[in-house]
Amino acid sequence: MPTTFILNGRPVTVQADPNSPLLWAIRDELNLKGTKFGCGKAACGACTLHVDGKAVRSCSYAVKFAEGKSITTIEGLSQEGKIHPVQQAWMEEIVPQCGYCQPGFMMATAAMLAEIPDPTDEDIDRNIVNVCRCATYYRMRKAIHRAAEISNTPS
Amino acid sequence: MSVNKEEKQGFSRRKFLLRATIGTGVMLGIAYGSTPLIRRKIAGVANSAEAPYQGPTDDPKLWFEVTAGNQIIMHCPKVEMGQGTFTGLAQIAAEELEIGMEQIKVVHASSASGNIDQFATGGSTSIASLWVPLRQLAATMREMLLRAAASQLNQPVAGLQALNGVVSGNGKSLTYGAIVAAMTEWTVPETPALKDPATYQHIGQPYPRVDLQDKVMGAPIFGMDATLPGMVYGAVVRPHTIGATFAGADISEAEGMPGVIKVVLEEDFVGVVANSYVEAENAKRKIKARWTTEKVWQTADIEAMIRVGQGKDVTIQKEGNTAAVLEQVSASVITAEYFSPIGAHAQIEPNGTLAYVEEDQVTLMLSTQVVKITRQEVAERLGLKEEQVIIQPTFLGGGFGRRLHTPNAMQAAVMSRAVGKPVKSFFTRKEEFQNDTFRPPTHNVLKGKLSPEGRIEALEHHISSGDVMYGSPLLPRILQTVIGSDIGAWRGGMIQYHGIPNYRAVSWRVQLPFATSWWRSLGLLANTFAIESFMDELAEQAGKDPVSFRLEHLTDSPADVRLAKVIQKAAEQAGYQNTASNGRAMGFAASTDATTPCAQVAEVSLQDGKLKVHKVTCVLDPGLVINPDQVRAQCEGAIIMGISSILYEKMEVEDNELHPIIYGAYQMALLKDAPKEIEVILLENDATPGAVGEPPLGPIGAAIANAVYRLTGKRHRRFPLEG
Ligand code: FES
Ligand code: FES
Repeated sequence: MPTTFILNGRPVTVQADPNSPLLWAIRDELNLKGTKFGCGKAACGACTLHVDGKAVRSCSYAVKFAEGKSITTIEGLSQEGKIHPVQQAWMEEIVPQCGYCQPGFMMATAAMLAEIPDPTDEDIDRNIVNVCRCATYYRMRKAIHRAAEISNTPS
Repeated sequence: MSVNKEEKQGFSRRKFLLRATIGTGVMLGIAYGSTPLIRRKIAGVANSAEAPYQGPTDDPKLWFEVTAGNQIIMHCPKVEMGQGTFTGLAQIAAEELEIGMEQIKVVHASSASGNIDQFATGGSTSIASLWVPLRQLAATMREMLLRAAASQLNQPVAGLQALNGVVSGNGKSLTYGAIVAAMTEWTVPETPALKDPATYQHIGQPYPRVDLQDKVMGAPIFGMDATLPGMVYGAVVRPHTIGATFAGADISEAEGMPGVIKVVLEEDFVGVVANSYVEAENAKRKIKARWTTEKVWQTADIEAMIRVGQGKDVTIQKEGNTAAVLEQVSASVITAEYFSPIGAHAQIEPNGTLAYVEEDQVTLMLSTQVVKITRQEVAERLGLKEEQVIIQPTFLGGGFGRRLHTPNAMQAAVMSRAVGKPVKSFFTRKEEFQNDTFRPPTHNVLKGKLSPEGRIEALEHHISSGDVMYGSPLLPRILQTVIGSDIGAWRGGMIQYHGIPNYRAVSWRVQLPFATSWWRSLGLLANTFAIESFMDELAEQAGKDPVSFRLEHLTDSPADVRLAKVIQKAAEQAGYQNTASNGRAMGFAASTDATTPCAQVAEVSLQDGKLKVHKVTCVLDPGLVINPDQVRAQCEGAIIMGISSILYEKMEVEDNELHPIIYGAYQMALLKDAPKEIEVILLENDATPGAVGEPPLGPIGAAIANAVYRLTGKRHRRFPLEG
């Protein structure tokens, strides 16, 4: 049974088994590879994307739940040629090392900032619980505060 | 996108290569790593390829391509796994090529087009090993371009200058791209003199890493992201117990599962190929594989094996006569033992390969630290020549030593051959945790004796460890005898305080029933934890400050002087205090790894009974720094990875299974655990670049344990501290 949803602003239909993880429909059927597989068990956050603006671990989210919803992946985070504050902050702080976990972290951060525009360190500790083996956490914290600053500065 | 054939016609690459092959002057021989002399060539090609790079496949030993758009594409023999090698090497090449950083693009060299590393990427050697040869290659390339421009402009070479990818002089100029496009025959000149460091423009600059944009935008650059038209998925059944040997499988149920194309049953493994990842994994669960095991192991069995005094011992360092001092009847010898657990790599991108076996050619795309060996393994298994196996390495979603053997490439290739389609196959997370090539557990025994003045008279360090280098396909058995002991296992285990009159280090080898191997910094983490904790224990016995106690035992040899400088600087920068105050305490530790000394001060507290690392001050002297920002990033990452290991990480063996099998249960540092302050200070007391990626993992364990002791009076001699 096909499933229809909005992906990065455009309507799409996928044929994937409605009970299969959304991650694979996005990666293989829709060919967007920025959403990563790390564990398949909702334990690392590499597959984080947005469903109606909320951070979701797509390896453990069935395709059928996406029906009619709006999905955003790392490829759709920046819009109309304007870089998203989170991605801009990530560039400024030169956060990535191997880079594999980074889309998941940026998506988790963007979703947090939508709810908590000026997060404290405790907010960050509580909300950003993905795993980065290169341990780029030190720069991530700086980048998260910087992203908040960019978002909160009227342009 | 590959090379545009039409536009390329003006450039007679064939002729160049012909000349290159017959003229001795055009072959540039360089050596790096621990390989014998490897011959390299430079080729200039008139056109470029766009990312994702697939590139020309008919140019042997390609280093640099000059595009019509005046970009230089460097085909890098080292893989990028986060350590910043692409960026550092680009800066080095750009320096001698006389181009701007925006004019250089780095891609992974394909085994088809050339300069694949004959050994591996790892051991913090990438920049150091290519420092001289890469500059020579780039300078030679620049000289070729200058000479070509001279003939094209009808000007003497001496009046021309190369800058920012343009050769100019006497009011005339040509871009490198234009020079290459108009060139039909090349001669390779003698390598010109390398630049005076005083004139460096790129080396030493904190440029953003060259892969930054791709990594922030989520570009499909990893092995896991590789695709080919018609690609299907393979899933291999992997053992979940220690020492399991494959003994066949019942595949009948799996064959009938939805989406299954074929179940591939081989002598040594079984896998299934299906249309999608989910179908392949579902079918895999229906395969009933049979395994034979000889013994059922538990953690206690493993711990009982890793004991100083068991297995074969080799003295790896000796000065004076420790026995004469330590075995005196009256001697009050101080002894302490330290332990470390089995560690997992836990890199986030699982191991995997996309393989496509066609009639007489195999294409493989994967994250690997060993292109050469992977290629050999695949060729051997399929009965092909190595040249028929093309490996296009991709960006690695973490290396840390986990990809120093990637036999999964061979399995993917076998499955692809069985179905005649491109097959992508990778590990599940459980399979990663249970089939890792683990960091071996260790047992360290230290014995020391102090003189009445509180100086160390004798110090002995005994290290018991599972194998690191031994057993790896990177180290042929024959070499074991040459090397004499497992360098990887005792890395960081030598005594660095050469002012001690009698010291000795001994490595005890234990072969464990599961695979143990390289893990970022090898034995450095555990061995430094032991030595540097013990140095604090001795300092206390001597009634001395830990920092001055360390300095007292250093000589005026160059290595000791470099170590002394990082020690002094770290103590000064951190404002090191020997006593706790306001609920916080500092711990000090230092080590030298692969000629790079590093000293760290960790500041800790207990919050609700949990250990918290607030600040780490790190002073590193890697010699000449190519990119200070990337060196800092490596220090920050190594420190937090070290904190993760020291506080939390451990694997256990229960009824023959390695556990845990998932993140979280295998506890690792998260954002909340990272110190809010990490101060990195770089000293450059050497004119050549040294190791960076691993040395800062040395001191962190002991720095934390020493801080905890000052805070609580409890001496931790086993990590993980919170485990
Ligand atoms: S892959 Fe989804 S949380 Fe790890
Ligand atoms: S950057 Fe490598 S895992 Fe996070």
